[in-house]
Amino acid sequence: MSASELPLRSVADLGRALASRQVSAVELAQAYLSRIERHRDLNAFLDVRPEVTLAQARDADARIARGDAGPLAGVPIAHKDIFVTRDYASTAASRMLKGYMSPFDATVVEKLAGAGMVALGKLNCDEFAMGSSNENSHYGNVLNPWDKTAVPGGSSGGSAAAVAARIAPAATATDTGGSIREPAAFSGITGIKPTYGRASRWGMIAFASSLDQAGIMTQSAEDAALIFNAMLGFDPRDSTSVDRPAEDYTRSLGMDLKGLRIGLPKEFFGEGLQPDVEKAIREALGEYVRLGAELVEISLPNAGLGIPVYYVIAPAECSSNLSRFDGVRYGHRAAHYEDLNDMMKKSRREGFGPEPRRRILIGTYVLSHGYYDAYYLQAQKVRRLIADEFQQAFRQCDVIAGPVTTSVAFGFGEKAADPVSMYLSDLYTIPGSLAGIPGMSLPCGFGARNRPVGLQLMANYFEEAKLLGVAHRYQQATDWHKRIPAGFSE
Amino acid sequence: MALTLSDVQRIAHLARIEITQAEAAHALGELNDIFAMIERLQSVDTAGIEPMSHPLGGGQRLREDAAAPTGVREAALANAPAQQAGLFLVPRVIE
Repeated sequence: MSASELPLRSVADLGRALASRQVSAVELAQAYLSRIERHRDLNAFLDVRPEVTLAQARDADARIARGDAGPLAGVPIAHKDIFVTRDYASTAASRMLKGYMSPFDATVVEKLAGAGMVALGKLNCDEFAMGSSNENSHYGNVLNPWDKTAVPGGSSGGSAAAVAARIAPAATATDTGGSIREPAAFSGITGIKPTYGRASRWGMIAFASSLDQAGIMTQSAEDAALIFNAMLGFDPRDSTSVDRPAEDYTRSLGMDLKGLRIGLPKEFFGEGLQPDVEKAIREALGEYVRLGAELVEISLPNAGLGIPVYYVIAPAECSSNLSRFDGVRYGHRAAHYEDLNDMMKKSRREGFGPEPRRRILIGTYVLSHGYYDAYYLQAQKVRRLIADEFQQAFRQCDVIAGPVTTSVAFGFGEKAADPVSMYLSDLYTIPGSLAGIPGMSLPCGFGARNRPVGLQLMANYFEEAKLLGVAHRYQQATDWHKRIPAGFSE
Repeated sequence: MALTLSDVQRIAHLARIEITQAEAAHALGELNDIFAMIERLQSVDTAGIEPMSHPLGGGQRLREDAAAPTGVREAALANAPAQQAGLFLVPRVIE
């Protein structure tokens, strides 16, 4: 295994190569930095600082030499630019935070660094994680490595493209309504969001606090499990963090699927689902049957209300969270203004792009006097109906499966002019986000124009280990997750 | 229920976002499309349903109200658009 071929390998393989001294963390970091440089046209990275990466790699090599290293020591990782970092600018892909240097690292970043992972830089995304195509970044589109005329998905588009292009073996990501699963599906990689409350939100630039959850993008479920072991866990600095004992997320990777009941929500296979996506999903389900699972039809009758519920709750929470950007303490301040109020109005007009402005307006309205009960409270009630339906469903099945998206990745500009059609991209991912259950996307084939298709798997609260086990078994039997886009395999 | 142009201007003012006449007119169309989609929620019977504010319920965890140094004053001020003598500067608010 040569150093130049290593970037194609999984996190598990890289960890083994480092532990057995086949490669040093510095050599590996250099190999990735040179790949990042070679594929700069993807626009996946917003900030790369080789001196930071190499210093961390030298530390990792010292730990390995001392025999004080776990399975992730020296393995590179890149961070979505929603996590604040001391060593890199933290912008949320917004003009508002251009050049912002955080005084501290997000808990997730700190924990992965503590496990010896080496940071490669910060990844592009939709501005403040609002979007489904990465076209809302102030710093330009990210290209889909499978087809550079297609979007990589969003909001974690840079994370997805980086893993697909093998310019990072793993990338942190965040999910509010589907921002991990949708780009993972569009970019043909594995992406998982854990149960709400599992990953600390400390240092994750807030969008919608009752929904935001950090997760991970990798080549495989096995890699995600290894990283979850280091990344998740209780954090007293996040008041919504769940206080539960640490778990080994790799413990079910060898599980047998015999008798596993996979629930198929009939609402996920109805009108709107494109035939090419449906074909790949049905084939994946056929593979699960061959592996011993049984398919059970279930129903989530109110899942279709997920989008309207989401577009009340998420903008409401966003309008509140983004009120902190006022041009006073940090962030963009307009050059010319009349008075304090005018300074704030102009700074926010200039600092926020169209999508955050749109969502702030929606949120301000639904929270305003006279409309709070009719919109916000009603949305929170329907949210509970949807969450309860998942609990009903999990009495009939062990995991839920279906498509992640109705279609394969769309082209640049196809939906950008029509917010409602863009919002519909998250039809199948939003219900799980509203419930707060873990969900993932794994590659299961290709559809129209040879663009990737993602299979969605969801499990009940705190069942990430089972979810990863079910995904891993499929990845042992298939090789979709090992496919590399043309032009990126060397 | 459709918004009017003056609603959009009022909301933008509440949100402290400057908006031109042309931007407000454009936003009006977009917001009305979005509210038309959201309107479906009004017909759902939610009598007796508790609003869900947190996926796992249980409310917020509390801790002791203990003061602790943050040690980040200088680093935090370094990001301020305008600062002086350890303070954030804003336009004069009292004449």
